[in-house]
Order: sequence, then C-alpha cells, then structure tokens
Amino acid sequence: MAFYFVQFLTGLASAASLFLVASGLSIIFGVTRIVNFAHGAFYMLGAYVAFTLTERFSGAFGFWGGMVVAALVVAAIGVLVEMVLLRRIYHGPELFQLLATFGLTLMVEDLVVLIWGPEDLLGRRAPGFKGAVDFFGQNIPSYDLFLIALSPVVLGLLWLMFQRTRWGVLVRAATQDRDMVAALGVNQKWLFTSVFAVGVFLAALGGALQIPRDAVHHALDLRIIVDVFVVVVIGGLGSIIGAFVAAVLVSELNAFGILIFPKISIILVFLVMAVVLIVRPWGLFGKAEAPARRTPGLTVYPWRPLGPGERWAAVAALIAAATLPFVSGNYALTVGSEIAIFVIFAASLHFLMSVGGLASFGHAAYFGLGAYGVAFLAKMAGLPMIVSLLLGPLLGCLGAAVFGFFAVQLSGVYFAMLTLAFAQIVWSIAFQWVAVTGGDNGILGVWPEKWAASPSHFYWLSLGIAALAVAVLRIIVFSPFGFALRATRDSPLRSEAVGINGKRIQWTAFVIAGTVAGVAGALFAYLKGSVFPDSLGISLSVDALVMVLLGGVETVSGAVVGAIVYKALNIWLVSQTDLSKLVLGGFIVLIVVAFPKGIVGMLETIRNRRRPSLPKTALVTSRIETAE
Amino acid sequence: MRRSYLLGAGLAIMVAGMANTAMAQSEIKIGEINSYSLLPAFTEPYRKGWQLSVEEINAAGGINGKKLIVVSKDDGGKPADAQTAANELVSSENVAMLTGTFLSNIGLAVSDFANQKKVFFLAAEPLTDAITWAKGNRYTFRLRPSNYMQAAMLVEEAAKLPAKRWATIAPNYEYGQSAVAVFKKLMSEKRPDIQWVDEQWPPQGKIDAGPVVQALAAANPEAILNVTFGADLVKFVREGNTRGLFKDRAVVSFLTGEPEYLDPLKEETPDGWIVTGYPWYSIKTPEHDAFLKAYQAKYNDYPRLGSIVGYQTIKSAAAILAKANSTDPEKLIAATEGLSVPSPFGEITFRKIDHQSTLGAYVGKTAVKDGKGVMVDSVYRKGSDYLPGDAEVEKLRPKE
Repeated sequence: MAFYFVQFLTGLASAASLFLVASGLSIIFGVTRIVNFAHGAFYMLGAYVAFTLTERFSGAFGFWGGMVVAALVVAAIGVLVEMVLLRRIYHGPELFQLLATFGLTLMVEDLVVLIWGPEDLLGRRAPGFKGAVDFFGQNIPSYDLFLIALSPVVLGLLWLMFQRTRWGVLVRAATQDRDMVAALGVNQKWLFTSVFAVGVFLAALGGALQIPRDAVHHALDLRIIVDVFVVVVIGGLGSIIGAFVAAVLVSELNAFGILIFPKISIILVFLVMAVVLIVRPWGLFGKAEAPARRTPGLTVYPWRPLGPGERWAAVAALIAAATLPFVSGNYALTVGSEIAIFVIFAASLHFLMSVGGLASFGHAAYFGLGAYGVAFLAKMAGLPMIVSLLLGPLLGCLGAAVFGFFAVQLSGVYFAMLTLAFAQIVWSIAFQWVAVTGGDNGILGVWPEKWAASPSHFYWLSLGIAALAVAVLRIIVFSPFGFALRATRDSPLRSEAVGINGKRIQWTAFVIAGTVAGVAGALFAYLKGSVFPDSLGISLSVDALVMVLLGGVETVSGAVVGAIVYKALNIWLVSQTDLSKLVLGGFIVLIVVAFPKGIVGMLETIRNRRRPSLPKTALVTSRIETAE
Repeated sequence: MRRSYLLGAGLAIMVAGMANTAMAQSEIKIGEINSYSLLPAFTEPYRKGWQLSVEEINAAGGINGKKLIVVSKDDGGKPADAQTAANELVSSENVAMLTGTFLSNIGLAVSDFANQKKVFFLAAEPLTDAITWAKGNRYTFRLRPSNYMQAAMLVEEAAKLPAKRWATIAPNYEYGQSAVAVFKKLMSEKRPDIQWVDEQWPPQGKIDAGPVVQALAAANPEAILNVTFGADLVKFVREGNTRGLFKDRAVVSFLTGEPEYLDPLKEETPDGWIVTGYPWYSIKTPEHDAFLKAYQAKYNDYPRLGSIVGYQTIKSAAAILAKANSTDPEKLIAATEGLSVPSPFGEITFRKIDHQSTLGAYVGKTAVKDGKGVMVDSVYRKGSDYLPGDAEVEKLRPKE
C-alpha cells in the first residue's frame, strides 16, 4: 500500500514540473492565439541561466534567488522577442507565428551549445531538500514534496491574478473575445506583452526548478515542448485548471502505467489526448471556440487559375528543371529529386491547410505510411517498383481515411493536435513493432530498379510525378469540389445552409492530401533506399508546416516555392556548417519579419500593387469581412 | 574551427587544383559523417581525435606519399540526411571511402548506401550487432566493440555476483532492446538459476525517473542491469541515489565508465557499479601514453572515448589505404580483411569473417575521487575474446 501511495506522490511531482510549463503556454495561447513553439526553448534557457547563477552564488539564498532571477531574465528575453518579432506578425495568417517561434527555437538550440558548451551540465541539489523522507520503508525525495506543494500554490496565485486583478479580468476577456476587448479601448499591445512575459516566466521557472533533478543540455526543449502542448490541449486551451488536471492525469497514468506496461511511456500522452479529443472535442475544461471573425482566405487576393501567360511560364520552368541532368552532376540530381519529393509533400499539406483550412501537425504520418507501404510491398511481397509505387501510397490513403474521419470532427488547434496524436501513434507502432518494421533500425534495401536507378532517371521520375501532383491538386482547387471546400473553410454555417456537407467534403480533402503525401513518401523510400520511423516523425511534420508557411499559406503556389527554398537551403546549410540550425533559424525569422505573408504572398502583393484593377477587389474583400 | 580549417584546406586545394590538375593525384580524400549538431557532447572529442590523426599521418609523409584529407559532414541525427551527405561525399567530393556515424540507425543507413553504391565504409561508433551480422555486407567494416561484445564482457563479471534476482532498465529503442536481450541470453546461459524480475523501458531522452526508480525498487531485485546513458543516466542516478535504489544492490551498466557519460555525474557518481568504459587516467601502456601526450599537447584537454574512436578510425583508414595502395573498393576490402593495425589500446585486427575489429574495452568499477566519477580496478578486455565462434557468426551473417 505504501508503495502505491509513494508512486502516486511521485506522479504528482512529475505533474508539478509539467504543469508549470504548460500553464505558461496555455495563458499565452489563450490570449494571443500564438502557437508558441519556442516555449520549450524558454524552458531550456531558464534551466541554463539558473545553472549559471546557482553555480556562481552559493548558499540557500544564492540558489533560490538564482532560480527566480533566472526566470526573470528569461522573461525579459521573452518580452524582447514579443516586442521585436511577434508584434509585427499578429496580423499575419493564422499559425504564421508558429513559423517565427520555430525559427527562434532552432537558433536557441545552437546558441546554448555555443555559450554553455556541448556537455551535459549537472546542477546543484536544492539546499534543504537534498535527501529523502522515509514513508513506511519507501523513500520520497524531499524535493518532490516541495514540487508537489509548489504547484497548487502557483495554481492559486494564477487564479488570484486572473480573478482578482483588473489585468486578470482583461486577460480573461481577451481569451474569450479579443476583438471585443480591443473595441472597448484596451491597449492590446501591452496586454499581449505582459501575458507573454508571464507565460515565459512560468516556462523558465519550470526549467530552473528541474536543475536539482535533471541534467541541463541542449535537447531539453524538444523533450518538453510536445508533451506540454498535449497537456494544454487535453486540459482545454486557455484553461489553467485544465492544464493542472491534465498534467496530473498524464503523470499519474504514466506512473502507474509503467508498472503494467513498461513500454507505455513513449506513447501514453498521445493516447490520452486522442481519447480525450474524440470524446471531448475541446479538451477537458475547454469551451467551444467562438466562430472566427477573420476569413482566412482573404487576406491576400482572391485565388484564380493561372492565366495563359503564367501557364506557359510554369511549363517553361518545368522544362528548365528537366534539363538539369544535362548540366549538373549526380549529387545535384539526388538533391533535385529530394526537393521534388518535398514539393509533392508540401503541396499536399498546403491543399489541406490553405484550401481546406485544416492545419495538420501530423502530416508526416501519411508520408511515412506511403514509404512503409512501398517498403512492405517491395521487400516482403517482392513486387516490382512500378507496382509498389502505385500501391504503396494506398497505405497513406487508408491511414488518412481512418484518422481523417475522427480529425475532421474537430477544428483549429484541436484538429491540429489530434492529427499530431495520430501521427505519434503511427510513429510509435513503427518504432515498437520491431518484427515487422525493424523498429528504429528501419527497413533497408528498398532501392529502385535498374530503369530508375541512375540519378538522372530518378530525377525525371520525381520531377514528373511532382508536376503531375501539383497540377492535379490545382485542378481540384478550382473544381466545384475545391470551391465547396473553400466555402466550408470560410464559413461553415453559410456553406451548410446552401447544402454542402462540410464534414464529408473535409474528410475527402483529408484523404486526398494523405494519399498525395503517401506518393511523396513512396518516392522518398526509393530515393533513400530505406525507411525509418523518422519519416513519420514530428520533425518532418513541422518541416512541412514550415514549407507551407514560408511560401505563403494564403496563396495557391506557396507550397511549391516554400518547399524548394526551405529544402534546398536546409540541405546546403547542413552540408556547409555545423551551425545549420542557427543560420536556418535566423533566416526563417528574417523571412517572417520581411515577408509576413510568406514569399509568394509577398510577391503577389507587389504584383497586385502594380495593377490598376486592384481597388475594386480590395473593396469587395473588406465588405465580405465586415459582413462576417 | 574545423570549418575554417577545412575551408582553408579546401580553398587551397581548389586553387592548387586549378593551377595544376596533377595535384589531385597527390592527395587522398576520406569522407566522414557524424551527428555533430545533434550530439555535440560525443562528437566534439571524436572530431578532435580524428583531426589529431590526420595531422600525425600527414606529418609522417601521408599515405604512400599522398596527402590525406578528411571531408567531414553533419547528418543532424537523421538517417535520410546522412544518406544525402554520403551521396555528396561520393558523387561530388570523390572520396575514396566513407567513415564515421554514431547512431545505429544512421550507421545502418550508410552501410546500406555503401552496399548499393559499392563504396567502402568504415563505421566508427554504431554499436548495433546488425551492422556486422544480420544486416552485414561486404562493403562495411566496424571499429567499436559491438553490443554483443560489451554485453559479453559485462556478463563475465556479472555472473560472479551472488545476485539471483535481476531487473533491467534500458532506453526504449533498438540499442537498449538488443543490449538487454544479449545480456539476458548470455547471463542465463552462464547462470541458469537467475530470475528476471522486472524491466523498465523509458523513452530515450525522456525518462520520468521518479516513477521508474520506484517501480524498479518495488520489484526488489538483488542486481540491476542499466543501459541508459547521457541525460537519462543523470536523472536515473540522481533519483536512484535519493531514493536509495542502489543501496546494497549490485549494478551492471553499459558504457557508464566512458568519460562522456561518467563526467557529468560528478559527485553523484554511484559507487561500485560494474561498467565498460575508458579510464584514460589509469592506462599505463606505451601506445596509450603516446596518444595521451599528443592529444593533451594539441588540445590542452583530456581525451574521451570518442577521441579514441575518432583517432583510431582515421588511423585504420589510412592503414587500409596504404596497404591497398589503391582507392578501388574491392582492393580496399581485400586489404582490410585480416589487417592488423596498432591502436592506443594495443594492436587490433579487422576480422575477415564479419568485418568487426577486435578493438576491446576496459571493464572496471565506478568510484568517486575528489568529487569526480572515475573507474577503478579496470582491466582491458580484448575484443577478440568476446565474440562468438566462427560457425555461429557465419550463421548470423547473410550469405553474399
């Protein structure tokens, strides 16, 4: 009995550290709607700064003072980031802030290694909390007890702040309806900045408090960021109590789960999230989101098919790309093939995200399923390459049909997180089912047949399929189905009123996007000759998001440009420097500031500015927006 | 630093190459890939090791009179990116062979690439048994003692312990799984009386140490096998120390004696764990003294195990190229099979049968000295003594 009680307390201690970080993220998201990918980076910075301070200033005062000062220092950095970077892009497309914070995260990962060195750092134990308390023969670390006591205190303080201060009232009002708060004359700028500062403070404090238990290293951010997002979503976005309950739920399930299934940790949080979101679409304590006022598709210019001149330009560009094998060596061709594959992948996500208004955080699942499909068919069934290429993507299609059915019942960030949960579940199956998938050692020897083996042939194959995929997706965008999809995206109520079955349309779009991603994955398997669980992983999903956002989420051809720029730059930087993350992150931040509509979005703005016919369109746009 | 060094070298080569194409005949390029940005704690000392090696080789006249150049690439910890890098090295840089890699899945990806493109590959660090056995191929050789070898070395000591109730903890991926599987198999062969009472599989890099330690303690084992490393190990040890998990229990642990993993533990280093590792401070052989002196003179820092691996990888590569006197992959394979080369740990041999080198490891016990973790009573175990018999190896390797 004593054991179960101690295990329960241990779970609570784990929950405490998760809650601190999650509450900060929840507050930031609730008010500013920023999907703050850099939250983990602030957590990590908190740990590093606290390490430095607590090493320098000894004694109890130095230790506890160092923790608080570290959190304050990092919060100040957060304020700087908010004022210099995020303020510029609040009016950008939805999720654009994700791109900026992703860039920051990349930079911080390299910067901490440059500043603090590559080795794991071991901080001090907390003065006064070094040992353990004996409980019927079981030891409970006294620091765990301190954390268990701390988290309700923080929860209480936050509650007081939100319920009993004017600032809290404004924050709650902004969480519910920020346009209304702005209309009532509240200075949103400072409200947002202060909220961001509080959120970052909590993240950094959470990081600092880990010092006595953990090692400080440069991968801390990735370790926590996804889990924290999951906790926030399970609890319900913007709900502090929800975050608390979710943190306890997840930690306790883990603490007791490992007693029965020792391998459960790797997937537990995602399972819990998937179940919670299917049963309660807005998390445990979340409320249904108020219908969005801003129409996502209209901030740039109404979409239209390519004109005759532009069509010729596209064909010319394709022909130019097809001449690459005559002018360059094998390496450039392999890189070219990889870029073509990522064009397909990004275009498929773009179709779901821009056309369907459904931002998936787990799109790599269908890419990876396509790759595994090919690997199974080619390696186990021994089918020829053409057949494998044709049938392999069906696995992606199947996955998209099953998961898409559940996912499209939700919208916004909840949709995104449910897709992430499904992707992680697929990933963990590929990772764990060693007998079939080879686990993380992957499936090797999936090489193309002779006719496609030479780099130039494979390049032409990839390029041809990429051109085909992009063309087909464009045709769908401007087909009646595409219009229905966009109608569902822009106004679910009106489209339903005119008789469009929104959920079915979105589900179909999800399956199309998943299948096309599967095609990309199938080609990728042959390009690399092997398949690893990586190709289902979060970082690939994030890469796809970044490509779409970089190109311009509100344009038709943004994904193509974004994929080419991002992938080419990434490959080149990784080859040229060990600090590729720092440079790439800096580049992304620069793009975000310089081109807040993405690369293609910016080009279109410049081009349209030169057109005389523009004012009319703009007028129509604004009238529609008002009507919404 | 490395960049500017390479860049400088690269520029010099380009200029020289333009001036006189015959220059290209007087140098040999080796391609090297590792997870520099993902795992800097391990790859930095590794890089220092191979850079020292390059310097020594060229100072001694290069390879049969040709200057050795190592072109190094980062793989970001992703198998797919490692293949891109391998492709660049082979297609654009025209390297004579590929070397390096740390993670097992990346090692396997590059070895599969080597097999497909018929390129010689000397894997430096990946530990998976698959790379030389189940998924072995004729183009791939491996330097470091494999999972199996490390397990066999530890089992030899572990079997002497009186403990009968054993629990295991390992990161939940291929390395952890196969380490536990091999250890269990070899241990149960030597000691049929042993009971396996619990196993814990925290996700790599994401251990929730409190509940895991508590769960292990609840099974009340007499001894524990640990395979976690890096930050997970730090958390596990801290939590285990606080909760008294290691009190009166024997612990056998993979790799923990390597400075990369032992040093971060500082004064928290547990006492008396049986570990494999690299006690650079207590090795007193002329070969190692020479290496240690040269390394400390160049970097003003002590070597980690990665330094040894990096150093020896390039030394072995140079010996292979010198013996083959050609960059033809078939000749390189022929030269490597059965080749013996000196190393800081004594002479090692690349086995013909499975392309595994006989580099060994030190086995000893952990202790705290002046607030730092050290290995004591350490003995070098030759790799050749801890490999299965030839008949068994032949069964493990796929037929050509």
